[in-house]
Amino acid sequence: MQGEEQYVDHTTKFDMKLWGKLLHYAKPYHKYLWWVVVLMGLCAVLDVAFPLLTTYAIDTLIPAGTDVNLTGFIVLYLGLLALQAAAVFAFQICCGKIEVGTCYTLRQLGFQRLQELPFSYYDRMPVGFLLTRMTSDAQRIADTIGWSLLDLVWGSFYIIFCSVTMFLLDWRLALVVMLVFPPLAIVSARFQGKILHNQRFVRKTNSQITGAFTEGIMGAKTTKTLVREEKNYAEFEELTKEMKRTSVKSACLSSLYLPIVVSLGSIATAYVLWRGGHNVVVMGMTLGVFQAFINYTVQFFQPVRNIAAVISEMQGSQAAGERLVSLVETEPEIIDTPEVEAEFGDNFHPKRENWPKLVGDIDFKNVSFQYKDGEKVLDDFSLSVKAGQTIALVGETGSGKSTIVNLICRFYEPTSGEILIDGVNYKKRSQLWLQSNLGYVLQQPHLFSGTVRENIRYGRLEATDEEVEKAADMVNATPFIKKLDKGFDTDVGEGGGRLSTGEKQLISFARAILANPAIFVLDEATSSVDTETEQIIQHAIQTVLTGRTSFIIAHRLSTIRNADRILVISHGKVMEDGTHHQLIAKQGMYYNLYTNQFQDEKGAEILKNA
Amino acid sequence: MKSRRLKLLFGLVRKNAWYYAGTFLCIVITVFISYLLPLMLAEIIDSILGDAPSGMSPILSGMVDMIGGKDYLRNNLWITGLVLILLNVISGVFSYFKGRWAAQASESASKELREKLYSHIQKLPFLYHVKAQTGDLIQRSTSDVDTVRRFMVGQLPEIFNCVLNIVLAMALLFTRNVTLTWYSIIIVPLLFTFATWYFKLVIKNFKAVDESEGRLSGILQENLAGVRVVRAFGRQQYEVEKFDECSKDFRSKVMKLIKYMAIYWSTGDVMTMLQSMVTLLICVYYAAQGWISIGTVVVFTSYIGMLLWPVRQLGRTLSDAGKSLVSIERIDEVLRTPTEPDEPNAIIPDEFGDIVFENVSFKYDGSPTVLRDFSFTIRKGETIALLGATGSGKSTIVHLLQRLFAPTSGKITIGGIPIENIDREWLRKHIGLVLQEPFLYSKTIKENVGIVLDSINDEQIERAAEIAAAHQFILESNKGYDTIVGEKGVTLSGGQKQRIAIARTLLKDNEMLVFDDSLSAVDTETDMQIRRELKNMPKHATTLIISHRITTLSQADRIFVLDKGRIVQSGTHDELINTDGLYKRINAIQSALAEELDESRRKVEKEAN
Repeated sequence: MQGEEQYVDHTTKFDMKLWGKLLHYAKPYHKYLWWVVVLMGLCAVLDVAFPLLTTYAIDTLIPAGTDVNLTGFIVLYLGLLALQAAAVFAFQICCGKIEVGTCYTLRQLGFQRLQELPFSYYDRMPVGFLLTRMTSDAQRIADTIGWSLLDLVWGSFYIIFCSVTMFLLDWRLALVVMLVFPPLAIVSARFQGKILHNQRFVRKTNSQITGAFTEGIMGAKTTKTLVREEKNYAEFEELTKEMKRTSVKSACLSSLYLPIVVSLGSIATAYVLWRGGHNVVVMGMTLGVFQAFINYTVQFFQPVRNIAAVISEMQGSQAAGERLVSLVETEPEIIDTPEVEAEFGDNFHPKRENWPKLVGDIDFKNVSFQYKDGEKVLDDFSLSVKAGQTIALVGETGSGKSTIVNLICRFYEPTSGEILIDGVNYKKRSQLWLQSNLGYVLQQPHLFSGTVRENIRYGRLEATDEEVEKAADMVNATPFIKKLDKGFDTDVGEGGGRLSTGEKQLISFARAILANPAIFVLDEATSSVDTETEQIIQHAIQTVLTGRTSFIIAHRLSTIRNADRILVISHGKVMEDGTHHQLIAKQGMYYNLYTNQFQDEKGAEILKNA
Repeated sequence: MKSRRLKLLFGLVRKNAWYYAGTFLCIVITVFISYLLPLMLAEIIDSILGDAPSGMSPILSGMVDMIGGKDYLRNNLWITGLVLILLNVISGVFSYFKGRWAAQASESASKELREKLYSHIQKLPFLYHVKAQTGDLIQRSTSDVDTVRRFMVGQLPEIFNCVLNIVLAMALLFTRNVTLTWYSIIIVPLLFTFATWYFKLVIKNFKAVDESEGRLSGILQENLAGVRVVRAFGRQQYEVEKFDECSKDFRSKVMKLIKYMAIYWSTGDVMTMLQSMVTLLICVYYAAQGWISIGTVVVFTSYIGMLLWPVRQLGRTLSDAGKSLVSIERIDEVLRTPTEPDEPNAIIPDEFGDIVFENVSFKYDGSPTVLRDFSFTIRKGETIALLGATGSGKSTIVHLLQRLFAPTSGKITIGGIPIENIDREWLRKHIGLVLQEPFLYSKTIKENVGIVLDSINDEQIERAAEIAAAHQFILESNKGYDTIVGEKGVTLSGGQKQRIAIARTLLKDNEMLVFDDSLSAVDTETDMQIRRELKNMPKHATTLIISHRITTLSQADRIFVLDKGRIVQSGTHDELINTDGLYKRINAIQSALAEELDESRRKVEKEAN
């Protein structure tokens, strides 16, 4: 199942190479990383120093009795305090810069790559997965690089400075205290790994619960009519039970970890109490030093815990990193050769001045095509289309008609054979050249958030307002646009959600007309719109098609009948080719298709007008 | 409103009262031990290592006496070490149970919330689901529940912990030295106010970040979903710039938030450390004057840290707790919506009978009337067909039959029993309804077809699929009957879904079959084949067919033509094609088609000559 991929978010091996790559992407922020190291070093020094102030106070100031002079002490304390506050502020800013910067860079690289990857990639990867890579995966990596390293650096520095200080204060005592360190590290590493492993199950169950809710809500009507409430609930209960079980287990593990670490640490403290106390009594160790030692042993487990947590956090986000790196490193399959790029520019920097004019003759020469998973869709397919012709493609789902259109648009390239545009293999021109001359209207019209005007202008960014309005006029979209509350400046909502399908379609026609393409591709909608809109759309189609080479994946009879040529496609082959009348006379596949559909469509039409 | 949501929250806490009692007890013990440790250290410093009389808690000095007196302890300091370890272990055990019980309480509560929501949503009336906003409902059922869960496992014990810490620290400090204590907590009110105020302020920024992130993923989503449009217009560069702008906005919003947090933490640090310094200085001064012991200095410097940290935390915890109140309100809103009522006295009829609609009207709230004084009878075993435009009320009739809707006025009876007295489940179980756009579950085809069966029976399932003309295409799918469909599985065409839905319905114990335009996406030939198979089924159920296809309609015993919620025509196919009206007009198309085809042929022949 595709869904499984989402659950794999924990790999046991620590992948240095991967983190090297990720750190490389964060290169612009490396100077902040160095600053973090410096600042955390400072913080660790201060954290070790503050207990020493107490030591000084106990050992030097208090015995001074009534003559005690606190001025120097206050100045020192205030100075350290200011340093501490400044360091805390500065490292947060640095880490913040690293986090947001890395996240930004990763997204930028990913997005750019997504604009270059071929459709075959999009066929393999559901939009949801790509979204995850670009949003939460990128964020997670950035968080890890930005903030986890901070704990790593602080923890390491603290352990070092703390050890050094203890050794300086009393090396024998320190040496024994150090013995507690290895078991502490081992226990931490084991526990963190286990905790992470458990949390993985919790997340997995959680996403199953979300899925169950989605299904329960979307399928509520069906559930009612099938009277399946109880069975659904029973299935759901299994999930919530599992959720409770795994969550409690995970919480127990975490709750177990801390006491064990603290108890282990307290052995060191106990030893200091015993031997240190003895030293105070017998060997004249000062109370201040004694107190500082106790303080350090109590604090000691904190950095160990932090480091263990960071390492498992890094292991945890490794999967996210792998997903992201694989996206950024995927090579686009459809690329322009260096020669083509030199002459016509790339996808981001076109050299329009060198582009030849596109007339619109299209030839398929022995084209074969198969998708990645192996199924051959087209085999030795040839077709010749004259500029200006309207071709209707008719056939069942999976017959290959969409593939033909996708090949024309160079969304895919032939596995073998070649496609000529104006007599030249289209691989000898840039992708952008072809696609800039292409008008494309989808069955499910896709609009972007923004105003009606912005959406139409997507066809030609430099078009003036008048040109935009004229394009809308041509497809008869102006009347309905005018009726919207802000006319052309009405916000269409996310994905055009505030408009009906018919309205979205008209806008996408206007957008295509504005681009003034030489080749036009139309995946015609079957969805029912009201009669009035339907007539307007028919009109729009006729307007759009005039004088352009056009390919229509046709469903509506009126469109089919008006085409210059109708191709009946089945299993990747042209079964019938001719005008409407010719094909009807033949009484073959087209005839059957037509008669079947005709009844339905006419019936529906009469009902609508009734 | 406010009291209701608190009631829901309180109810959840009360159901797990024992767990919480345990959790709180554990917190009390662990906090107590954590305060005991510095006290113990002070005692050791003052009266075991030093000579001061043990002046503090009688518990401690009692313990010292029990072990064998100060002098004995001084020579056997390992005992104090052992006590320390022991105390830590005890504290550890309780801290483990604290975590365990809090998790059990919160997980039980969220389990209950989830189950309540799920079962409630299933029981909500059909009309609610027609209007429901799926995304919002899912959000309430998942992330809002999680917010409440986090409150129960984290913030609730945390608030208790903070308050206990503050109270205990102050109590212990006051018993040691009143004046010194006053000096040590000067900053507490200020720090608390600062923390609370600051988090309220920052929440606004959190929102701005959320919104910016929403915009970013919106653009991303649109770009990915519209990749064909982007490529077709060659707008890659434009898209990159658009995304970049949004990404930069997100970057600066997050950075702003981080700056705020940096200010918060560093200011908090300054305040906390100033307080620590003041305490330390005064302690040192007092000790230097000989007014207090060094042990007391250790106690004060340790306690002050233990006191200030919770105060800082509390501001944050409280503002998080505020979020969970919003979530519980959103959950409660769903749970408050009335469900289909239970009907313990509903009748379960012995057999299915004639269906009679008497002057039935129906309208949704605030929209025009769908059915008007609608009367008709379907006799048991009859096949009835309905024809009508969108909005003529066909589907409403179907929904009324399954009691998914209730008539606004008028009466529906089945076998003489008023429909509102008949058990809802019985009705739905015995009226097989196939919708135009059926929903398939994320399961295998086999499970989907056999979903009404108590146990999967391959033979039965395949037979049903054969009748529904689905067997063939199912076998051709990559895993046959084990192919997973639905949201997470293979995408099927509309016609394939419809056929699976028909197969699934056929496995019910149907007294009546209703096809609500459910063959619309199937081609005419398959449609015909399915109907032929249905006719040959051993048990003939009362059948109601809604369709636009004359060939489908013509087979019915009686056909009703609906317009704007009324019957405008009725009769058999032969009767209707001879009466002026909608039916005749649609039928006429067929002959028109035949004529047109002849004409085409003639035209081509002419051209050829």
